[in-house]
This record gives sequence, structure tokens and C-alpha cells, in this order.
Amino acid sequence: MAKFRIAVHITPRKGLLDPQGKAVGDALRTLGFKAVKDVHVGRYIIVETDAYDAIAAEETVTEMCRKLLANPVTEDFDIESAVPA
Amino acid sequence: MKFGIVTFPGSNCDYDAFHAVTEILGEEAVYLWHKDHDLQGSDVIILPGGFSYGDYLRAGAIARFSPIMQEVIAHAKSGAPVIGICNGFQIACEAGLLPGALMRNSSLQFVSAEVGIRVETADTLFTNLYEVGEVLRVPVAHGEGRFVATEDVLDGLEGDGRVIFRYADAHGNITADANPNGAERNIAGISARAATCWE
Repeated sequence: MAKFRIAVHITPRKGLLDPQGKAVGDALRTLGFKAVKDVHVGRYIIVETDAYDAIAAEETVTEMCRKLLANPVTEDFDIESAVPA
Repeated sequence: MKFGIVTFPGSNCDYDAFHAVTEILGEEAVYLWHKDHDLQGSDVIILPGGFSYGDYLRAGAIARFSPIMQEVIAHAKSGAPVIGICNGFQIACEAGLLPGALMRNSSLQFVSAEVGIRVETADTLFTNLYEVGEVLRVPVAHGEGRFVATEDVLDGLEGDGRVIFRYADAHGNITADANPNGAERNIAGISARAATCWE
């Protein structure tokens, strides 16, 4: 077993109303960033876990996303490659 | 009839539920601690409002894994009644007892107000003393009350008569202005397939 660190990005499901992202986008445009097209606000989660190898660690974290970290109705998730922690 | 009211860390409407059951309905009620596994012989389970586990991750997401929830889910699946109110509705969705999810209010503002909800079906254990079309005035206080589900799920809920309440104005009109959180199709309460679980 070795220790791995995996970063998880969770974002609102595309197509669903994201009022928080819209509000931040509006604020950026008000600030003068007129080119801003779209903003989405999500969560960034770092999981450190023991696993036999990087692939096993990534599979475990994918399972964590499906079961708890992301809501399957409203959110999408994306995990980064596991790195030794 | 005995009501079991689940207290999670952060629940704050468990005392209101206890009061409603014992003082208004005149029935027996017990508090069920989230770490327990025993429903103490309760016939009806109430998942009360509040901010269980500080709404960490998503409202209701952590509470769903409390030890007592295993028993509550089994209770619901056996066809016995479970009521989820406010945060309890969020927990019921996260636990898969109800379809869909509750997201951040479209206004991004916490809403604490008295709103109108129109009774859509009187064919449930909890609404059979109401008349369809009746408008109730109820207090709401939530930041994440916008009910969302896929179009298929929404159509299914409506087709099966499982939408129990919709936000409505005083005359019973379903309008955008009467919707405090941007819920899809103004939905304020739904039931599970067995019609035993609702907001």
C-alpha cells in the first residue's frame, strides 16, 4: 500500500441553472472583464488515500464521487491523476 | 400512533415537530438520536428541518449516512410513512427516498417568508384532510429549496400524481412570483412511489 493524493473537481451539471456562477459572471463583467462569457462555481476536493497503485486510488475516488462527493442529479465530477502523497 | 423524530447534529425544527405531534395532534412522539439504530417502535418517522451537519458538502448529504438512516430507509421501503420537512426533504432526496435534488435558490438569497402552497393531491396519508386546490399559508426558511429533476422525472411525478404541493399565489395561481426559490414547475412537495414520503 502507498499513499496517494487525488484532486476532484465538482461542477454544476451543464444546462442546469447555476445562479451562483451567473452572479459571479455578472460581477466580473461589472468589474470590467467584458469578455467573460460564462462562469461556473463548483468545489475542489483533495482526497488522500492508501491504495495499491494509482489506478486503484483513482477507482476508489471515482466511487467516492458517485456515492457522496457529487450529487448525481445536479453535479458532474472530474478527477485528476493520482500522485504519491 | 407513535411518531419518531430524528435529531441530527444541526437539526433545529425537531422541537417544532415534537410540539406539532404531541400538542396539536395529541399523539405520542419520541426523539431518535442520529447515532442510534432503534426506531423505538415508531409508526411514522419525521425528518425535521434544520442544518444537519452544517450543510457541509451539500444540504442533507452527510445526514444520509447517519446510523439511524439505515433504519429509516428500511422503514420507508417497507411502505411505512416517513415525512421529510425542509432539511428533511433534502435528506430524503440525498438518501434516494425521493427523486431529484434541492439546489441553491435561484435568487441566491436565503428566503425566510410566509408563502402559499396549493394542495395538488389529497390522496396521501398526510394531505387527506385537505381539498385539492386549497391554498395553505406556510412559513419557509431555506437557502437551498429549488427542486430540480430531469424532465423525464418531472413528467413522471406529475403523471403519477406524486406532486403534492406547488407554490401558488393567494388565488391558487401557479406563478413565477409565487415561487420563492425557482423550483421546477413550482414544486414544493412530492411523494415517493408508495406515497409515504413527502416534503
